[in-house]
Amino acid sequence: MDLENQQRVKDLTEKHGAENMVIVIGAAEAEAAGLAAETVTNGDPTFAGPLAGVQLGLRVFHAVEETFKSAVDENVYDDQIGMMEMVLEVDEIIEEMEEIRGEFGKFND
Amino acid sequence: MNYSVLKGAGYILVHTPDMIIHNGTTQTGERRANPESEYLKKLPEHLRSFEEVVSYPPNQTYIGTLKPEDLNDFEMPWYDKQVEGADRFGKFGEIMPQDEFIGLIKINDVFDLVMLESNFSKEVKKKLEDHPLVKDELVAKLKDGEDISDIQKAINNFAAEAIYHNDKVVGCVKRAHETDPNLNAHVMFENLAVKASGVLAAENLIAKNDINVEDIDYVIECSEEACGDINQRGGGNFAKAIAEMIGAVNATGSDLRAFCAAPTHALIEAAALVQAGVYENVLVAAGGAVAKLGMNGKDHVKKDMPIIEDVLGGFAVLVTKNDGMHPVIRTDLVGRHTVGTGSSPQAVITALITAPLDKGGLKITDVDKYSVEMQNPDITKPAGAGDVPASNYKMIAALGVKRKEMERKDVATFGSKHGMPGWAPTQGHIPSGVPYIGPALEAFKNGEINRAMIVGKGSLFLARMTNQFDGVSVILEKNTGKIETSGSGVSEQEIRTMIAETMKDFAKNLMGE
Repeated sequence: MDLENQQRVKDLTEKHGAENMVIVIGAAEAEAAGLAAETVTNGDPTFAGPLAGVQLGLRVFHAVEETFKSAVDENVYDDQIGMMEMVLEVDEIIEEMEEIRGEFGKFND
Repeated sequence: MNYSVLKGAGYILVHTPDMIIHNGTTQTGERRANPESEYLKKLPEHLRSFEEVVSYPPNQTYIGTLKPEDLNDFEMPWYDKQVEGADRFGKFGEIMPQDEFIGLIKINDVFDLVMLESNFSKEVKKKLEDHPLVKDELVAKLKDGEDISDIQKAINNFAAEAIYHNDKVVGCVKRAHETDPNLNAHVMFENLAVKASGVLAAENLIAKNDINVEDIDYVIECSEEACGDINQRGGGNFAKAIAEMIGAVNATGSDLRAFCAAPTHALIEAAALVQAGVYENVLVAAGGAVAKLGMNGKDHVKKDMPIIEDVLGGFAVLVTKNDGMHPVIRTDLVGRHTVGTGSSPQAVITALITAPLDKGGLKITDVDKYSVEMQNPDITKPAGAGDVPASNYKMIAALGVKRKEMERKDVATFGSKHGMPGWAPTQGHIPSGVPYIGPALEAFKNGEINRAMIVGKGSLFLARMTNQFDGVSVILEKNTGKIETSGSGVSEQEIRTMIAETMKDFAKNLMGE
């Protein structure tokens, strides 16, 4: 996750509280999605950005996960993400996200 | 409509191992932040030799010795595969070694900013004398060179940027102004590299396509650097500088910038200028980006592979008026990502791919080959960016499914039929759509394809002026061989109207009788 986005996540979390934050990721690869998810839960794994060593444990989902999908308007979802759902390795992404949440998430509700 | 045509394409690569270490931003940034880093220590062990770069299958594809489809014969990864008997010169261009290129930078320096060490200068001069495309009058610009002590003085005391070859300082680029940040030595080095590689691409295009350079009326340069001074950062222009060097005495030109999408924007604009009759022959050219050398180097070293972002890329294509032979540029079938398009992949693919098809009453499968961002997956996959062309083809196919033009099972196979594996280096604008123009010209000539689409996309948000993404696309089509002669003054539509009116009059007369 780039340094600017890390700072934004950090600032918003300080302002609103970790329990009120949800991060939605749109990365096209499971590995990249996992890295972003790890950054907002366990801290920046590359130790380069503002979230290095900061374990926020935020709620984090990928846009192709059911939790996100069922929370938004079906038509909007189809318009914005329907095509990409056919393209992405959805199962791999979900597996990666579940693993990160299980290991580092503090709000696994 | 009398479309303009694509007459030829030239493609070059320059192997620049020392510039990866000293000029690529991933490395210069690391050196500033962490000079003792493990990555910087390990990096030199991961550099390839010139021979390895020449025999690398994607590079042989870029210069036209292999067809893009031939890459399917090599199992991935490709970095440990070789093309047997590979030559640095190919059908479309060449791969130049670093020392010759440093000489070429000096030749392209008209403000005496480049200093080369005398022995190095002599050796390079000898090598360039044997180069088939570097003319004698250009080689003559390489003089006796300078003492290394003077070069060191310029580097140590006057902020000159060192030029390295085989890990030794062989020269430097001086700053062009004492205080102007846009004319400092670093910027001048990057800009001279753009100019020199752009010139090399144009020279290859001209030589390999039998073009009379004096026929060129206009040059559009579409790389990603900007030249200017403190009062006009991107004042320009590389285009005229390149035109001057190649001897295009009847040409002027301008620079066009749109990140990676610029080459396709330039192609469309060149086509329009020719079709409108403003100019007859427009050269579109771009040099390479020194800053991007070794961009994903950390991932490549971590995965114990060679640094394969070790080349600068350049290309040049010539757009001319319809000759009844070369493929036409369908300026009426252009796709555009507009301000209102939105950023979802679906909206982007609709705007760039299906919108122009709809204008022409075409289906997705009516285009034989789509040339998207043809980035070499050998570079991007280990860096976690996936196989960029393959994902683009899946997106096009998925849109086809949503439009009910294709079955869902076709999504996985669409790319092998209507696409190609990527082969271009990750030099931003270099892989973007245009690498296929050369192979397409061959495929049109051999009757292998009737229609191709060139797609360029750009990440404008990187400049922080807008959050907008960008992209344009255009369809190339087999030439029907029919040329409308100018001056006849009557279009097909006008003839139809005239016939209809005559028929109406005839009918009236009949009824009147």
